[in-house]
Amino acid sequence: MTSSRTVYRRGRPILEGLRYRGREGMFAWLLHRATGVGIVLFLLVHIFDIFLIGFGPDVFNKLLFLYKAWWARILEVFLLFGVLFHALNGARIIVQDFWPRLWRYERQLIWAEMAIFIPIFLWGAYVFLQPLFR
Amino acid sequence: MNQTLNAAFVNRRGRPPGGNFELYAWFFMRISGVLLLALAVFHLFWMHVVIGVDNIDFAVVAARWENPLWKLYDFFLLAFALTHGMNGLRMIGDDYVRRPGLAVAFKAVLFVLYIAFIGMGAYIIFTFVPPEPVAVLP
Repeated sequence: MTSSRTVYRRGRPILEGLRYRGREGMFAWLLHRATGVGIVLFLLVHIFDIFLIGFGPDVFNKLLFLYKAWWARILEVFLLFGVLFHALNGARIIVQDFWPRLWRYERQLIWAEMAIFIPIFLWGAYVFLQPLFR
Repeated sequence: MNQTLNAAFVNRRGRPPGGNFELYAWFFMRISGVLLLALAVFHLFWMHVVIGVDNIDFAVVAARWENPLWKLYDFFLLAFALTHGMNGLRMIGDDYVRRPGLAVAFKAVLFVLYIAFIGMGAYIIFTFVPPEPVAVLP
């Protein structure tokens, strides 16, 4: 049995992984993971800062620099990017999972997704960053 | 047929090892994904566009939680987002944490974080009591 055993090496360096030319599908997969990890890390921070509202208005209002500082506004644009991309890309995956024939049109669906994502993201980023230029 | 590889997907009875957990996890990710598409995107839109980050403070959150429907909304968002996110991390861990001992440790850490944070969030949503409005006397 051991003689016919194939060893599958799964851990690969990032640079080696990026040389794989999977085009749109690969980048959608990669971004889905990256944005997912980003969102869940933010979620842990967010649960903790809302938990601190129990310490009363003084503590909580001071803590809100986490959202109001100039650097926080920029991070919020990343959050918007992450949530919006993860939501739309997830919707595409669900649609493809329940109608498997659509997997053949994955590339086209990703571009359709981008057509929805880009205008909403640009508008949202503009709204999010507005206070910095006032 | 490669027995070692086959054993990863079905056991001798032709069933997946560990029962149907992965199937239910897959299904949960789809259902919660659809719900979060509405819950999370609307939350972001409401707090950043309708209310505006500049206007958020203690009083705004206290007023929001006067309404039990907002409490329920926030609890659903918390529960679905954290479960969806933690399961996502577990799946990523399955891909990259290959040493069996480390994999168990990784899942244990995720589980503890999951219980701790869902507990913290639910606790504050349901036990928060807004302070009495301070009467401004003339």
